[in-house]
Amino acid sequence: MTMRTFRIWRGDATGGEFKTYKQETGEGMVVLDVIHRIQAEQANDMAVRWNCKAGKCGSCSMEINGKPKLACMTRMNLYHPDETITCQPVKTFPIQKDLASDVSWNYEQNKKIQPFTPKPRDPDGKYRMSQADVDRVQEFRKCIECFLCQDVCHVLRDHERHDAFVGPRFLIRLASLDMHPLDTADRIPKIKEEYGSGFCNITRCCTEVCPEHIGITDNGIIPLKERVVDRFYDPIMMLKRKLFGGC
Amino acid sequence: MVDVSELQTVEHDILVIGAGGAGLRAAVECAQSGKNTAVICKSLLGKAHTVMAEGGMAAALGNVDARDNWKVHFRDTMRGSKFLSTWRMAELHAKNAPERVNELEEWGAVFDRTQDGLINQRNFGGHRYPRLAHVGDRTGLEMIRTLQDYGVHQGMEVYMECKALDLLLDADGRIAGVLCLWRDSGRFLLVKTRAVILATGGGGRCWRVTSNSWEYTGDGYDLAYQAGAELMDMEFTQFHPTGMVWPPSVRGTLVTEGVRGEGGILLNNKNERFMFNYIPDRFKSETADTIEEAEKWLQGVDGARRPPELLTRDVVARAILAEVKAGRGSPQGGAFLDIANRRDADFIKRKLPSMYHQFRELAEVDITREAMQVGPTLHYFMGGIRVDSDSQQTRVPGLFACGECSAGMHGANRLGGNSLSDLLVFGHLAGQGAVTYTNEDSGAPPAIDDEQVVRCIRFATDILNREEGTNPYLLHDKIQDIMGEHVGIVRTGEDLSRGVDLLEKLQEDVQQVKAHGASQFNAGWHEALDLRPMMLTSESVARAALLREESRGAHTRLDFEGEQENWGQVNIVIRKGDEGMEVEKINRPEPPEALASIAFASIEDLESGKVNS
Ligand SMILES: Cc1cc2nc3c(=O)[nH]c(=O)nc-3n(C[C@H](O)[C@H](O)[C@H](O)COP(=O)(O)OP(=O)(O)OC[C@H]3O[C@@H](n4cnc5c(N)ncnc54)[C@H](O)[C@@H]3O)c2cc1C
Ligand code: SF4
Ligand code: SF4
Ligand code: FES
Repeated sequence: MTMRTFRIWRGDATGGEFKTYKQETGEGMVVLDVIHRIQAEQANDMAVRWNCKAGKCGSCSMEINGKPKLACMTRMNLYHPDETITCQPVKTFPIQKDLASDVSWNYEQNKKIQPFTPKPRDPDGKYRMSQADVDRVQEFRKCIECFLCQDVCHVLRDHERHDAFVGPRFLIRLASLDMHPLDTADRIPKIKEEYGSGFCNITRCCTEVCPEHIGITDNGIIPLKERVVDRFYDPIMMLKRKLFGGC
Repeated sequence: MVDVSELQTVEHDILVIGAGGAGLRAAVECAQSGKNTAVICKSLLGKAHTVMAEGGMAAALGNVDARDNWKVHFRDTMRGSKFLSTWRMAELHAKNAPERVNELEEWGAVFDRTQDGLINQRNFGGHRYPRLAHVGDRTGLEMIRTLQDYGVHQGMEVYMECKALDLLLDADGRIAGVLCLWRDSGRFLLVKTRAVILATGGGGRCWRVTSNSWEYTGDGYDLAYQAGAELMDMEFTQFHPTGMVWPPSVRGTLVTEGVRGEGGILLNNKNERFMFNYIPDRFKSETADTIEEAEKWLQGVDGARRPPELLTRDVVARAILAEVKAGRGSPQGGAFLDIANRRDADFIKRKLPSMYHQFRELAEVDITREAMQVGPTLHYFMGGIRVDSDSQQTRVPGLFACGECSAGMHGANRLGGNSLSDLLVFGHLAGQGAVTYTNEDSGAPPAIDDEQVVRCIRFATDILNREEGTNPYLLHDKIQDIMGEHVGIVRTGEDLSRGVDLLEKLQEDVQQVKAHGASQFNAGWHEALDLRPMMLTSESVARAALLREESRGAHTRLDFEGEQENWGQVNIVIRKGDEGMEVEKINRPEPPEALASIAFASIEDLESGKVNS
C-alpha cells in the first residue's frame, strides 16, 4: 500500500476547480481503481464514466497528466510514486460534471452517416467475402468509440469546426463502409462536402492516442482522401491545409 | 410537493428498457413495424454489457462442419441446461439463430471468414461442432455497433444515461408508463407508453468477483417484480471458470472461453491437465479420456472426442475450485490456463487480440510466452423474468422481457455463445410480441396514477434529502460480502439461510441510505438507487437456492449432492406476495415428443437419421 496524490477536476458547466485527494493504493491498480476508491471513501458524488474496466467499451476516457487516455488501462506504475496524478475530463467537448464531458455531438455525427447499403445475398441466402478483403474493415471496426481521437484532433479541439468536420472517428467509420465488400453506396461526394475530409491535414495525432491502435490516418483517412481527390481535384484544399496548423 | 403535470413527459407506443443486443434488436423490430419506439439505457449508447462479449454467438450455420443443424444445437442446449431449459425456447433459439446471424451480417456486421468466404465458426464448451460466429475476441462489440448504427436509421428515439426507476400501471394492472431519472441533470422523465420491453441484463454486481459492469444491478428483476411479474430459475447463477485472479483490482475480469476453444489447456501447480479427472458420466461417451485423443481432436482428426477443458462451465468452474482447495492451485489462487505452449505467437495475437492486450496491459503478462492464472467469476444469470416462450410477455399485460434479464432459455446452465444468439432471437420475438399487443390493445390509453408517480419520486429524493444515513458504497460492499460468503459457487442450506437472514437485517440500513451532494450526475445517489434492485436480486437468488435441494448445473448444494429426478420436473418461481417474497415450485410441462426424442437421442442415432421428428 502506498499513499498517492491525485488532483481531480471537480465542477460542472458553470465552473469548477482541481481538488487534491490523498489515497492509499494497492498492487496492480490502474488510475480508474484509484478514482473509484476516492469516490467511495472521500467524494461520493464524483461523476466518472466506466463500464468494462478492460479497455473494451471506451467509457472511461479522460485526460491524465494532460494525455488523453482510458483510465481503466492506465496502470499506476507508469508514474513515479511521488508524482501527482492530474485527471480532467476530455477537453474538446463541453464539460458535464467532474470527469464526464458531454459527448452527445458524436452521436449526432453518427446519425448523419449514410447507412450501410448491402448488395443482395447469394442464392443460398449467404454472403461470401474473403478474409483478406475484410481485414482492413475489421481493423476500423475495432473502434470502441472512446472519442480520444476526436479529443486530440486540432480541427475540433483548437479550431472548433464541429459544424463542418465529423472527426477521425467518423472518417474511419466512413472508410469501413467504403471498403466493405458488400456495400453499394457512393459516399465520396458527402465525404468531401458534408463530412469534411478536406479539413484533415494528416498530423496523425489521432492515430497516436487510439487505444485500439487503429491506423486511423494511414489506413483510413489517407485512402479516403485519395478517393476524393481522384474524383474532384481541388486546389482550394491545398490552401486549406496550409492555413491550419498542426496539433 | 411534486406536481406531476410539470414533469418532463414524453409518449411512445413502446419503450424498450436497455440498449444491449436484446434491447436494440427488439427496438429495431418495433420501429420497423411503424411503432413510435424509444430505448432508454443507463450508460451511453453502445456501452451496454453486450459490448464486452468476446467469444462469439452460437448458430448452427454449418459453415465449418456441415453435420451441424438446429437439432444438434438444440440437443446440446438441453443437455447443457441439465434439461431445465424451457423446451420451446430452446427450440425457437436453435431454429432461428442462423437467420438472425445472417441478418446481422446483412446489416453490416463483419464476421471472420472461412476459406470459402463464409462466416467462420469456432469451437466452444458444450457445443458439438464449431458453431460460434465470431470476430476475433470482440464479437459483442461487432454486434452492438451493428445494431446501434443500423438502429439509429430506423427512426427510434434513444434516451441515454437515463435510469428507469419504476414501472407505472393503470387501474386494470396494465402497463401505462415508466418513471425515469436523467442521470446527468438529476431530473425525472415520465414516459407514457402502452408496452414496455425489459432488456436490462443481469445482476452480477451483487458479488464482488464478477465479470459484470456497474450496470448489472438486477434492475429488470426489481422492476418486473414490483409490477407483479414473476421471476424464475433465480438459483442458477453462472460462475464462469476463467476470470482473471490477479492483480486484485481486476479479479473477476473475464478471460474468454475462446482461449480453450482455440486449444488452451488448464493445468494445476503440478503441471497436470486436471480436467481429465472431472468428466461427469453424462459426458463420458463424448469426451476424450486421454491427452493423445484430446490432441488429435485439436488437429481435427476425425472421430477424436473433445478435450475435457471444453466441458460445460459449471463442471470446469467446480473443478478449478476443487484443485485450489486441494492445494494444487496457482500462486494467486487459481489454475493455469496455457495457450503459449499450444499455439504460436502470431496465431494467438490474431485469434485472441483483446486477451493478449488485456493481460499485457493489466497484469503485465505476455500470454504468448507464459500461462495465465484464472479462477471462477460470477458471470451470468440463467434465471430472470418469467415470460411466454413465443411472445416474451410476462403475466403483466403490456410487459415483455428478453435477453439476459429473462428466464427459460438456458435452464440450469448456459452454453457459451448461446447468449448473443439468444439476444437476437428473443429480442426479435419480444419486439413482435409488443407490436402485436399494442395493435390489439386499442382501447383507451392506460391512465397514469399520479399518486404512484409521486410516491416513486419521493422514494428517490428521500435518499438525498434525509439528514443522515448509511454510505451507499458501504452497503453495496456488505451485499457483496454476504453473497460471496453465503451464496457462492458451492452452497449449503445452513449458509443460504444465514445469507437470507443477513440480507433481511441489512434491509433496515438500506432503507436509511443517504447520498450527499446535489442531484446532478451524483454517483453516490445512483449507487444508492441501485441498492433496491440489488437487494431484491440477492434475496431471490438466496431463497430460490435454499429451496432447491439438489445440485444441478450452476447450482451446487454440498448438502444435496447430484441431480434428483423430482427436481428435474420443477422450476422455482418467485413473486411478490402480500407478506413479502413468495417462492414456489411449479411443475414443468411434459416436453413435446418430437423434441424429447431429439434431446434424449444418442448423437449417433440423431446423426444417422434414426430419430423421427
Ligand atoms: C465479459 C463478458 C463476455 C461475454 N462473452 C460472451 C460471448 O462470447 N458469447 C455470449 O453469447 N455471451 C457472452 N457474454 C454474455 C452476454 O454478453 C450477455 O449476457 C449479453 O450481452 C446481455 O445482453 P442484454 O442485451 O440482455 O443486456 P446488456 O447488453 O447488458 O444491456 C443491458 C442494458 O440495460 C440497461 N439498463 C439496465 N438497467 C436499466 C435501468 N434501470 N434503466 C435503464 N436502462 C437500464 C443498461 O444500461 C444496458 O443498456 C459475455 C458477458 C461478459 C460480461
Ligand atoms: S490526422 Fe490530424 S487533422 Fe487528421 S483527423 Fe487525425 S488528428 Fe485530425
Ligand atoms: S478510432 Fe480509436 S481513438 Fe478514435 S474513438 Fe475509435 S477507438 Fe477511440
Ligand atoms: S471502462 Fe471500458 S474502456 Fe475503460
